[in-house]
Amino acid sequence: MSKKITIEPVTRVEGHGKVTIHMDNQGKVYQTRLHIVEFRGFERFVQGRPYWEAPVLVQRLCGICPVSHHLAAAKALDVIVGAGTGEGLTPTGEKMRRLMHYGQIFQSHALHFFHLSSPDFLFGIDADPNIRNVIGVALKHPDLAVQGVMMRKFGQEIIRATAGKKIHGTGAIPGGINKNLSVEERDEFLKGADPLNADKMVSWAQDAVEFFKGYYKANKEFIDNFAHFPSNHLSIVRKDGAMDLYHGVLRAVDAEGKKILHDVDYQEYNKYIEEEVRSWSYMKFPYIKELGQDHGWYRVGPLARLNTCDFIPTPLAQKEFELYKSLTNGKPNSFCLHTHYARLIETLHAAEVIRDLLNDPDLLGDDLVIKGTKQKEGVGLLEAPRGTLFHHYRINDNDQIEMANLIVSTTNNNEPMNRSVNYVAKSIMDGKQEITESMMNAVEVAIRAYDPCLSCATHALGKMPLEIKLYDDNNNLLDAKKSQ
Amino acid sequence: MSNLVKFRIDKTECMAEAGKYIVEAAKENGIYIPTLCNMPGVKPQGACRICTVRINNRLMTACTTPIADGMEIEMDIPELNDLRKAIVEMLFVSGNHFCPACEKSGDCELQALAYRYQMFVPRFPYEFPQKEVDASSTRIIKDQNRCIFCKRCIKSVKDEQGRSYFAFRHRGHKLEVVLDKELGMSMSEEKAEQAMQSCPVGSILVKEKGFSKPIGKRKFDHSPIGSDIKL
Repeated sequence: MSKKITIEPVTRVEGHGKVTIHMDNQGKVYQTRLHIVEFRGFERFVQGRPYWEAPVLVQRLCGICPVSHHLAAAKALDVIVGAGTGEGLTPTGEKMRRLMHYGQIFQSHALHFFHLSSPDFLFGIDADPNIRNVIGVALKHPDLAVQGVMMRKFGQEIIRATAGKKIHGTGAIPGGINKNLSVEERDEFLKGADPLNADKMVSWAQDAVEFFKGYYKANKEFIDNFAHFPSNHLSIVRKDGAMDLYHGVLRAVDAEGKKILHDVDYQEYNKYIEEEVRSWSYMKFPYIKELGQDHGWYRVGPLARLNTCDFIPTPLAQKEFELYKSLTNGKPNSFCLHTHYARLIETLHAAEVIRDLLNDPDLLGDDLVIKGTKQKEGVGLLEAPRGTLFHHYRINDNDQIEMANLIVSTTNNNEPMNRSVNYVAKSIMDGKQEITESMMNAVEVAIRAYDPCLSCATHALGKMPLEIKLYDDNNNLLDAKKSQ
Repeated sequence: MSNLVKFRIDKTECMAEAGKYIVEAAKENGIYIPTLCNMPGVKPQGACRICTVRINNRLMTACTTPIADGMEIEMDIPELNDLRKAIVEMLFVSGNHFCPACEKSGDCELQALAYRYQMFVPRFPYEFPQKEVDASSTRIIKDQNRCIFCKRCIKSVKDEQGRSYFAFRHRGHKLEVVLDKELGMSMSEEKAEQAMQSCPVGSILVKEKGFSKPIGKRKFDHSPIGSDIKL
């Protein structure tokens, strides 16, 4: 008898989603899908609003990465107010935004690794779910838990100082920023009491990379064999090929490292990227037009970024990058769980960038905003923690938004997430008579690797019930299990 | 000859010039009575009723009632505070006040009163009315979603000939405050700024200036509305 297994909701991710696994008469998995079950509708209800509201309005998509939406929208509106396409802001405007962005990367990566994913590594994916969570980490590994919490706090304090609030601030405005950094704020971040200072954050970020390397050494087979499949990779990179998470040109490489998008201007992204709609999910499936739907899908996020960039422009992260690249002989890395490794190298990079920026006197300047000849349309891209984020707006003659198109990071990762889920379900559930909790968690581990913000929805971090349901081929419920 | 009179607000002995409106007299004595439709330089109108006080068991609007000798005024009592809170709640549910994306957030008097009276969930159902955003003026946007019909803009924003830039249109539930098309197109930057300042909420916005004031510098970021009134 064929079966349909539903995992709903998926736990320890941001947002709400479910996974359905269909098995045939022989117990073979023949279809697995990650469904996004919420509809947000921001692209529609931003229409008619004055354009300068967009950075504040659209950031409400998310409570984890609002800064990314805030800045991507502001970058698109920079174009509309004639402030250039990412390189025309005043030094203070540009650097304050970068500080905000790297603070966001730092806090979000810390949240993702320490709070959401580390329980799987510290306790094992088949450990008792009662301890396989952030509380379990705090009880069994208090030093690591404190490190995670304080790293996140530091990043959020950076956001507060640049955006006005830790969550849903207003710092970035079209053409620049609405505040500079005070000397007191800067000194607090540079010389603050241990551990909340930039040097300590760099040191802790190094420790986190070492932690993962140690884990990898002991669990190489598991890490390398978990949802490993080739893909294209896409991100923005600096014009010289360096990693740049705030601004750059659009680059994509295939599984062999060959460039398939050649450092193009993202203002013309819709010449290169298309989105496909499928009936069973509210999330679209983007792909590179030239390669088509079947071959043009790509990964975004930390794994992709370390595959597209040529180097990392900060010394400590560059050293780790070289070691990381040597694992695949310089070729693109397609090991799903190496995403965590890449994420921690980026965390180190973010800590270094933050420290460098804090030592830059431009942050204290008073020239905050620049404007030029107004345009009707603008595109803003940046690398959010989860991957490339696209914001595109068009306004009418009365300064009201008449069109918005957002391609969020998780949407870009839709196809690879579905493939990862399918890969894991096939490899661990095929032919099994009983579906265990650890099997379900393994499916979730694949999703968590992408650090997904499934609906870009705000919700409190907490334990959500995991439920599995078995159906026969007539959709009759045969059995149901809930996690503890 | 002095024409000072003595009166009491919630048992506090006060003195003020006879004939002053209660709101002003209270302010001089360091007592805050909340207002929304009232603004300095404009004849009080008693429209919003948020300043309602009780005098001799009668409910009176403090912005339109002159002070008199020996007056006993009840102001900061649970019954009246709940009435004020109910008015704030009604204003919220009858419009579309989405504070998170409003550039007046932190400077908005309605929002500040909601905080002062600890409004969490309104007791009335939300109406979610369909409202227009008029962005046709070169200087300002009139967002009908947020208008509370206080008339402050109608009464205070006028051109050199005394003509109001704003006026009421329609009646009953269709009532709205609209910008005169012709005057709106010739509005100066200074006049646009005055119009935005006159609005206690975020219904009148100067174009392309939104969010230029950082969080921390807004009017009610650090202290609640009314806390500036003290002796």
